[in-house]
Amino acid sequence: MHELAITQSMLDLVLEQAEKAGAKKVGKINLVIGEMCGVVDECVQFYFDFLSKGTIAEQAQLSSTMVPTMARCRGCDKSFELKEFDWACPYCQGNSMAIIAGQELFLESIEVE
Amino acid sequence: MEIKVLKDILGANEQIAERNRQLLDSKGVFAVNLMSSPGAGKTSLILETIKGLKGKTRIGVIEGDVSSSIDAEIIGKEGVPVIQINTGGECHLDANMTYRALSNLPLQDIALLFIENVGNLICTAEFALGEHRKVLISSVPEGDDKPFKYPLMFHKADVVLINKIDLLPHLKFDVQAYSHAIRGINEKAEIFEISCATGQGMQQWLSWLQNQLRLR
Repeated sequence: MHELAITQSMLDLVLEQAEKAGAKKVGKINLVIGEMCGVVDECVQFYFDFLSKGTIAEQAQLSSTMVPTMARCRGCDKSFELKEFDWACPYCQGNSMAIIAGQELFLESIEVE
Repeated sequence: MEIKVLKDILGANEQIAERNRQLLDSKGVFAVNLMSSPGAGKTSLILETIKGLKGKTRIGVIEGDVSSSIDAEIIGKEGVPVIQINTGGECHLDANMTYRALSNLPLQDIALLFIENVGNLICTAEFALGEHRKVLISSVPEGDDKPFKYPLMFHKADVVLINKIDLLPHLKFDVQAYSHAIRGINEKAEIFEISCATGQGMQQWLSWLQNQLRLR
């Protein structure tokens, strides 16, 4: 459900950037979404279609790069993908880790005409 | 033509949250963003905290709910300033809603402000409100697998309260494994076991709060 607020913020940012560039139309929007954020890209698309109507971003193609949740073990310093229900380091079985990726939620670029 | 943007999608919310924090700091208010799933005990915790700190600190409350003002009415009976925010469908509070509520509270009379977020473990984690600390209330009936299901929330929390520990004899909940999992992705989190119903463990929570107020 947070996709509605997230999509609105994203659209505001897209329109602000497109306007700044003097664009007439936004063709593509490239997003980076970390897995940990729990953002469902189909929902973003659904809200986007609705919210972008009548703007220069209407019918723009949404492209989301999903970033898996990565952790670095505090014991052996190795990095690994954090799997659901298994939060142990696969190298040393350590339990203490720092999250190093998976919280991204940003607008990477837009393609405009 | 491609335009590189590389900007946080929730950057606008972050900016308003920062402005809220500055406003709170200027008035000497310490704000806690209380988050949990529905029914974990956010309102009960606020009520018990008001009773426990009566005469010791001045408390104010922002109540966030999708609809209704039931919680604000309950809190209001305790004689503390309270503002209800109805999000009208949104599953979380955001910085702008919080700002509007702050504008309607007598901040000069408040030292400790609880912002009770909407009951939700996913959406609330994303939106900063301008709080000084994020407190997550989990509860024994929810089960001990929740850190694995909502890692972002458990990763971001400054404090995790395990509420309803009076129910431990009746339910399968491994407190040790649960705490171990939380500490794995959040080594700094304070974890307190409490029961709002019996008062067990509440003293530790109250001491932590008082300590935070003293350190300011």
